[in-house]
This record gives sequence, C-alpha cells and structure tokens, in this order.
Amino acid sequence: MPVIIDTEENTVIARLSGEVDHHTAKAIREDIDLAIDKHHPKQLILDFDGVTFMDSSGIGLVMGRYKIVKPYGGCVIIENTGNQIKKVMRLAGLDRLAVIR
Amino acid sequence: MKILNEIKLVFPADSRNEGLSRSVVSSFAAQLDPSVSEVGEIKTAVSEAVTNCIVHAYRGTASDKSKIEMTVRALEDNTLYIKIRDSGCGIPDVKKAMEPLYTSAPEEERAGLGFAVMESFMDSVTVRSTPDKGTTVVMKRKILSGKDNT
Repeated sequence: MPVIIDTEENTVIARLSGEVDHHTAKAIREDIDLAIDKHHPKQLILDFDGVTFMDSSGIGLVMGRYKIVKPYGGCVIIENTGNQIKKVMRLAGLDRLAVIR
Repeated sequence: MKILNEIKLVFPADSRNEGLSRSVVSSFAAQLDPSVSEVGEIKTAVSEAVTNCIVHAYRGTASDKSKIEMTVRALEDNTLYIKIRDSGCGIPDVKKAMEPLYTSAPEEERAGLGFAVMESFMDSVTVRSTPDKGTTVVMKRKILSGKDNT
C-alpha cells in the first residue's frame, strides 16, 4: 500500500510510504483524489514519514492536489519530510503552495 | 580521465524499471564510498533522467524495442559518470526543455523540474538530442566523502 488514508473532521490525512516516483505516483494520486472528492477536506495533510525516496514526481503530486483543494478554500499541509525530500521540495518552491512542517 | 570500472544496463522503457535503475546506480556508486546524502541526490538525478525517457522519449510510440541504455563509470578522481541514452523522439529545443517548470506533459502532473533537479544534484549535466534519433544525458558527480578526502 503506497498510501493509507485517514479522515477526521474537515481533514484528510494521506500517509505515504515507500518510494514516490513516476511509477508509484499514479496510484497514490488516485487514492487521495477519491478521498478529496468524498470529503472535500479543509485540510489535506500529506504525511511523508514512511517515504524512503522521492523525485520530482512527488512535486507534481503535491502541486496537483493543491490545485484541487485550493478552489474550494482547502489547504495542503506537508508533514515529516526527510532531508532528501526537503531538498527537492525547496528546489520546487513548494513552501509557497503548502505548509511544510 | 581513466575509467576504473564500468557497467552497462539496457532495459525496457517501462516505469517499473525506474526503481531498478536507481538501485543499480546506488549499488555501483558504493565503491566510491559516498555519503547517504550523496547517494540520495545521485538516485534522484538518475530517476529524473530515466523518467524523462519513459514519459517523453517514447511517448505514444512505446514498443518492445523502446529501450533505455545506462552506462555507469567510476573515474579515477572518485567521480561517478552516468550516461542515459534513449532512441526516442528527441528534444526539438533542449534549452527550453531545461528551463525550470517547463513541461510538455502537464496532464500527467509533471512538474517540469527534471533537468533542474539533475543540474542541482550533479556537478555537470550535458544533453545531446537529435529529433527522431534520441537523447543522451551525461551526468557527473565527484564523490567528496570518498577515500580522496579522508
């Protein structure tokens, strides 16, 4: 399972695991989008704690979800990123779209 | 520069092989004694280059013959050399393709950062491309935490 989805009031938490690349991003994206569609969360939390590798496919993943939740007033929060992933996110300027904590 | 060791890997342009290509390079790089951070950066650069071949080079024309050829060398000054070659559609405007945030595949949620990641994580990135013939990306990274620096 590349992603486990939990929902709380107004919040969808997507716990990602393993390697996030072009090959795995599609399934992760589909699972998260189903949850967004169903719950319209105010907050979408992407938890990277279990992620061992991420390339720019992960950036596309975050940007794509931001584009979905932003129009109805939702926000994206990124949690538990390791150094490697932070470097890629910083390069992409993701901190302008999402809260990274 | 003298080549101390070299491997070649040829594999189908299938997204299942993205992880394989990263693992092969990180295993090969171990002989240069890289740090965890260096390995992570090199793997990310390789992933970007291989993904480009899969997403762009053989787009819409993928067949059994769609191959990616990867050459990895250990050079004598503790430098890792990586060449990734495809025989796909080529890039009509390499300069434009290398601009950060430019992508020709927004519908696939590509961020347009592949070359920017490669350039930021490697010491040098050279791209040669001929339309309808293919693209070759050569990347080099000197491993600083290796034996030369201890």
